[in-house]
Amino acid sequence: MTRLNIAKGRVEMVHGSGGRAMAELIEQLFADAFANEWLAQGNDQAQFTLPPGRVVMATDSHVVSPLFFPGGDIGSLSVHGTINDVAMSGARPCYLSVGFILEEGFPLADLKRIVDSMANASKEAGVPIVTGDTKVVERGKGDGVFINTTGIGVVPEGLNLSGDKARPGDAILLSGTIGDHGVTILSLRESLGFEADIQSDSQSLHRLVAAMVEVVPEIRCMRDPTRGGLANTLNELAKQSGVGMQLFEKQIPVREPVRAACEFLGLDPLYVANEGKLIAICPQDRAEQLLEVMRAHSQGRHAAIIGRVVSDSHHFVQMETVFGGSRMVDWLNGEQLPRIC
Amino acid sequence: MKYVDEFRDGDKARAIAGQIRQEADPARTYNLMEFCGGHTHAIFRYGIPGLLPPNVKLIHGPGCPVCVLPIGRLDMAVELARRPDVILCTYGDMLRVPGSGRVSLMKVRAEGTDVRMLYSPADAITIAQQNPDKQVVFFAIGFETTTPPTALVLEQAKKLNLTNFSVFCNHVLTPAAMHAILNTPEADSGALMLDGFIGPAHVSTVIGSAPYEPFPEQYGKPVVIAGFEPLDVLQAILMLIRQLNEGRCEVENEFTRAVTREGNAKAKALVERVFERRESFEWRGLGAIPHSALCIAPAYAAFDAEKRFGLEQLHGRENKACECPSILRGVKNPRDCSLFGDPCTPDNPLGSCMVSSEGACAAYYSYGRFSDSRIAVEEVNV
Repeated sequence: MTRLNIAKGRVEMVHGSGGRAMAELIEQLFADAFANEWLAQGNDQAQFTLPPGRVVMATDSHVVSPLFFPGGDIGSLSVHGTINDVAMSGARPCYLSVGFILEEGFPLADLKRIVDSMANASKEAGVPIVTGDTKVVERGKGDGVFINTTGIGVVPEGLNLSGDKARPGDAILLSGTIGDHGVTILSLRESLGFEADIQSDSQSLHRLVAAMVEVVPEIRCMRDPTRGGLANTLNELAKQSGVGMQLFEKQIPVREPVRAACEFLGLDPLYVANEGKLIAICPQDRAEQLLEVMRAHSQGRHAAIIGRVVSDSHHFVQMETVFGGSRMVDWLNGEQLPRIC
Repeated sequence: MKYVDEFRDGDKARAIAGQIRQEADPARTYNLMEFCGGHTHAIFRYGIPGLLPPNVKLIHGPGCPVCVLPIGRLDMAVELARRPDVILCTYGDMLRVPGSGRVSLMKVRAEGTDVRMLYSPADAITIAQQNPDKQVVFFAIGFETTTPPTALVLEQAKKLNLTNFSVFCNHVLTPAAMHAILNTPEADSGALMLDGFIGPAHVSTVIGSAPYEPFPEQYGKPVVIAGFEPLDVLQAILMLIRQLNEGRCEVENEFTRAVTREGNAKAKALVERVFERRESFEWRGLGAIPHSALCIAPAYAAFDAEKRFGLEQLHGRENKACECPSILRGVKNPRDCSLFGDPCTPDNPLGSCMVSSEGACAAYYSYGRFSDSRIAVEEVNV
């Protein structure tokens, strides 16, 4: 077997052909980084047993541009994104799969950087990548690399979270500042290119979730406000639960550089993507305790109660503005920014 | 941000709103038109209507550049974009506007044409330099605020002797449209209930406050120029109410931190050099208005896309049920339109006012349509 020239080599069509070149790529680049007992089985599938409980599964494809950004890259993002989707059910994420679509000519050094970053994110989260796939498309038919990940997890006994469970009177909690990821990506776009002291909030939230559901198992639902931001996610939940929501703008934490960037770009932070934040809805009488648990966790230091669920046949999300007026917070219209995750 | 926050202070807002309630004469109504889309947006985003007494009414004027561009001009841009050698560049808001047959530039891009979104027209020059074998056209729209940047790139293109760059010019003029609003058949018959104008913010930084002086003089309508921050708007409303109560009728400037009587002399001179007035230009909703738009001056004719590509003036078809024309003229409210909310929404805009976030219908839909359900919410909160 020949050694790949990772420093100078590039992805070639043969790396996706199923032959020896592909085996070399997998062995020297992926297997080394992701090494675990399930991958070592060497089969086309991973075999494992799951702890007892309801099994949840989620999948997410990642096409972010640029591939590398302050606070992460497409690799770590693809691990965090799927872990978070699994975790929002209250589940403990157990295993991940990964599918790569590589573009011919993509530098192997960049691929290695991405794969190592995925491996780190997976190890740090304690959720192994147990099976995978690689395809190569001709130059010009992809954009460097696209990554799909799928995750499986198990919901601990006694939990039953779902987006249709919010009830009038419930409290709405947010785990931290909004807009960090979206504004970071935006600052790197060639047509904009501004400097901001800010980085993506990309992180896996399952440990924060575990701490929350342990103390307040009555949480009605959780969701991570990614594309479309806080505004869109709350509208989804309002519709799913058949309720309205009342927010208080002054309670919603936004970092100063994010606010400034949104101001001059004409964006509303409520609609800007996050990759490491969650919204939780819980009965009003458990809200303070839940907030305490969140704030005690490193990933929820800036958590806040940002509003409450109300009865509203229109399922509108409304907000009392910092100005003292009241307005609707509608679904995202059109697209604020493409290729954000 | 500290500077901006001062103009969004909730306590100050309550104080001014209290003053408005105190000074507004319950025996009359105050119908005030904010001309500018930027104001419309701020009014809804910060929930200003909820702070006003019911007899102070805001009318949303035609100052949203996307909204007033006639379908025919958009169809011309679509035709340009479909030419195989053309890269069409424009501002993001323009991409979603539906032209004839619901074809938008976004849809044309999906067909495989090269349509690019710009944040600055200067980027169009860079794109032209990077693509010498393509014709790069900047689809320029906007009021007096966006005109100087277009003038700058035209000067730059001339300096660089670019042969593959041109501008499809659709710049329009604010005072001309204000005159038109006050000269419609509705205005003549008294159907237009309009007591005064909240004057534009950014436009006025360029043109100054002097061009508004005819409105009090000729039509008896006071103008208060206001900044785009919510406190600016509230303060301007209070100033208009005071003028009306005291029987004064003049141009006042609330936005003194940025607007002078003369405006920006440099920007005005630049625009003078590069553009000249069109005899007439069609506005969506207002029809043809004389001397209301700019075209590229003969000295820069080589960069005029209309000339370079021999563009024919097209006339698009409007949806007959769409009330945008009446809404843009201030005689109807978005809710008066049978299409509003169903089927016309920001995701599926049938009329121009629903397209841009500065359009009256979109702002109304996105920020304001909850007023029905407000009672329900208040009941829960009790």
